[in-house]
Amino acid sequence: MSGQTTFPRLLLDHAARQPNAVALQEKRYGIWMPITWREYADRVRDVAHGFASLGVSRGDLVAVLGDNRPEWLIAELAAQSIGAAVVGIYPTSIGAELRHILHQGSVAVVVAEDQEQVDKLIKLLQKDQAAGAATAGEPLSVHTVVYYDPHGLEKYAEDYLLDFAELEERGRSWGTGWPGWYEDQVQRGAAEDLAVVCTTSGTTSLPKLAELSHANLLAMAGHLTQIDPIGQGYRYVSFLPLAWIGEQMLAVACGLANGLTLSFPEDSATQRSDLREIGPDVMFSPPRIWESMLTEVQVRIDEAGRLKRGLFRWGYDIGEKAAARRVHGRSLGGLRLLLPLADLVALRPVRDQLGIARIRHCYTGGAPLGPDVFGFFHAIGVNLKQIYGQTEICGIAVVHRDGDISFHTVGVPLPGTEIQIADDGEILLRSGSVFRGYHRDAQATRAAVDGEGWLHTGDAGFLEDNGHLVVIDRAKDVLSAPDGTRYSSAFIENKLKFSPYVEEAVALPAGATMTALITLDPTTTGAWAESARLAYTTYQDLATKAEVRELIAEEVHRANEDLPETIRVQRFVLLHKQFDPDDDEITRTRKVRRGVIGQRYGDIITALARGDADVSVRTNVTYQDGSTVERVVRLDIVDLAHHARRADQRRRPVWSGRL
Amino acid sequence: MLTRAYQHTLNSSTVLLGSPLLRVAEVSLRFGGVLALSEVSLTVHQGDIHAIIGPNGAGKSSLLNCISGIYRPQHGEVLLHTGAGSASTRLTDLPPHRIARLGVARSFQNIELFANLTVLENLMLGRHIHMRHGVLASMAWFGPARRQEIEHRGLVEEVIDLLGLQAYRHRHVGSLAYGIQKRVELGRALCLQPALLLLDEPMAGMNTEEKEDMARYVLDVHELAGVTVILIEHDMAVVMDVSDRVSVLDFGRLIADGTPEQVRADPDVIQAYLGDDA
Repeated sequence: MSGQTTFPRLLLDHAARQPNAVALQEKRYGIWMPITWREYADRVRDVAHGFASLGVSRGDLVAVLGDNRPEWLIAELAAQSIGAAVVGIYPTSIGAELRHILHQGSVAVVVAEDQEQVDKLIKLLQKDQAAGAATAGEPLSVHTVVYYDPHGLEKYAEDYLLDFAELEERGRSWGTGWPGWYEDQVQRGAAEDLAVVCTTSGTTSLPKLAELSHANLLAMAGHLTQIDPIGQGYRYVSFLPLAWIGEQMLAVACGLANGLTLSFPEDSATQRSDLREIGPDVMFSPPRIWESMLTEVQVRIDEAGRLKRGLFRWGYDIGEKAAARRVHGRSLGGLRLLLPLADLVALRPVRDQLGIARIRHCYTGGAPLGPDVFGFFHAIGVNLKQIYGQTEICGIAVVHRDGDISFHTVGVPLPGTEIQIADDGEILLRSGSVFRGYHRDAQATRAAVDGEGWLHTGDAGFLEDNGHLVVIDRAKDVLSAPDGTRYSSAFIENKLKFSPYVEEAVALPAGATMTALITLDPTTTGAWAESARLAYTTYQDLATKAEVRELIAEEVHRANEDLPETIRVQRFVLLHKQFDPDDDEITRTRKVRRGVIGQRYGDIITALARGDADVSVRTNVTYQDGSTVERVVRLDIVDLAHHARRADQRRRPVWSGRL
Repeated sequence: MLTRAYQHTLNSSTVLLGSPLLRVAEVSLRFGGVLALSEVSLTVHQGDIHAIIGPNGAGKSSLLNCISGIYRPQHGEVLLHTGAGSASTRLTDLPPHRIARLGVARSFQNIELFANLTVLENLMLGRHIHMRHGVLASMAWFGPARRQEIEHRGLVEEVIDLLGLQAYRHRHVGSLAYGIQKRVELGRALCLQPALLLLDEPMAGMNTEEKEDMARYVLDVHELAGVTVILIEHDMAVVMDVSDRVSVLDFGRLIADGTPEQVRADPDVIQAYLGDDA
């Protein structure tokens, strides 16, 4: 892939070469509605003209705030066509975070999805106007808000609102006065131009805006498809936020470079069934998606009868043995005869239920995935690979190769990517995909990329003899056990999170003892409570039940079996609430913010460290509308020394919540 | 123009916004010796969410049944305005199915859906009064009958979108959670393209979260589809939140009628309904 092209030029190429092939399809009103490359390119042209008529010009940023819909990509490509770039905002963003991005990007035009998003923007703009010149900061420069779902917005009087369909109409008539202008603009675009600004889920609460050029993203797409080729018309289901680098990387960069057909699910509730209808060829998801798939399998297998359970156990064992050979590139030997049968009766049906029966390439990234979950997918015949990268290097720099997969590593660098471990253990990366810098923040850029072009990742890791990279954790989160070995709290947390009942866990060393904060997965724990005939009302009620504490104590015992003696969890607290991005406790991509947790749950953490019997906490809960309320709750601290393990010591299979 | 706006209007009333849509005049209903409704008069205006509240046995459901034609009051009349002018129809003279054809749709206190049909099939049933072809033509599913079904499906799909039922489209209603079933029932009433929607305790038996969800959908129906709603509800917080107008019944008599603020301040209402310390 040459580094000299841009996304809009690739789009025009596809429109010329395969005008009637499906580029995008969205499920609406129960039907997959296709948009061909020709139609896609035409709509992009209209919206580009519309943007121009609104005064968007070369070098500007257009913000998009919404779920995955064709309009998202049309707006992105339209902005890029005329030399502007797009900044994606997570649809769940609120208040200060939203303002920060709009302000930092000097955004004048925002494309928002619906009434919900428009309301947030109106509130923000009104607050700005009311504050007027009195505030020290610059006011927002937003002058137009375009929306594409008009429901409920008919009666809004704000004159800066504009329907997306109207914008296209407006662009069409504007364009008639400027023939050839669009083609000229696309030709003037250079590969080094800014294409996308991705917000980084910093561990601080305000995100940074990373600038990625067409060249950056296309270099990455080229390198990735060099190892895992993507054919024209491969299916991809776009359901993770387009503001996330992972989705930009595959849906947009690899999509345009190779002609993927993107499918947008109907609704967040139908994602899984829509995924199954499409049967994607390529998939990239953070660990939580894979974990939730495993949980789904666990729940359903535990509801199945003895025959099905037995059959799956038999098939899974064969699949697991085969996977153990396959991931190291060894031949299957005698398993070659049994595996097709096991696949037919046990493994393929499970893959099909999950909607991943057709998958050719699939990846996990963004956070470490537990080895057990990893192993499960390989056992059922899904060639899952770990990706390591950051927004600052277009999301991917290191990846597993076919036949060379270790569950504890993240693989080897992509072609064209150099890696180096600094003296303090920090991972340094260099490639054509290293970003241009943070938007309007030269100081942060200098801290991230040194004079020789090495990206300082802030992650600690080491290289194994076979060249595989092992990532321990964020450098500042790496801990030392009393015996001196370096380890990551994520390692312990993943062991805990392997339980189907645990949603999030935060491991906290307190002197020589290891403690943990745990939150429940309300679906599985709720189902367990129902089958145990345990009545409960809210999450908080469930989490403070003695029976549930017993259940989790047993799960922690199990997790401890797989942990070295020195870092076994001895005490834990079941938190009274789930972690919520609106409370800044986890990022929008669901990474725990340890700093915020440490601050908010300071009392609990101290009590855990002291080994108190219980702890009372006051908490401020932020609601969706921004209001806060204070509550007092008493939480019991569970000390595993007082919880003997139950007699049955059998190991539970990965795919089941039962023995 | 490629718009995401709905292509079908769900509100079939042509009465001007704010004009009287339904007039209940001096309605009295007696079951043997029990006086269920006693000279009740009230007016529902186009575009309102009009709540009817009152203690158990106050006659709320009886009033709704008089409007939808299930009960026939001994005295008084119910008039539905059907056009921009003064044209109106006496509902009290008509059987229930004729009233439904005039666009008065309702949901029931107890769910009255077909448990063994899917959500989609239940909603399509809501379209039956608009179906123009006979059983045989529809079975052959050929030509006009087929086009008609596709047309109706288009409207049903917009209702599914409005009420967020996409994930349940092909599920059997009997297997769904109570809150979802209630939503399906609301959807079926909407599929009628009502001029007036009667909701009999749509939030009864729900937990707080389900109630909030349902209240949101009732508001969506009202705001996005522009349908006038008569709502019977026990939860005062919900009533005060969503209603434009509230009528209070007590032992079959209308004791107050006004905006939520007026009703909340009315001493009779406080005495009869909310208790002395409210």
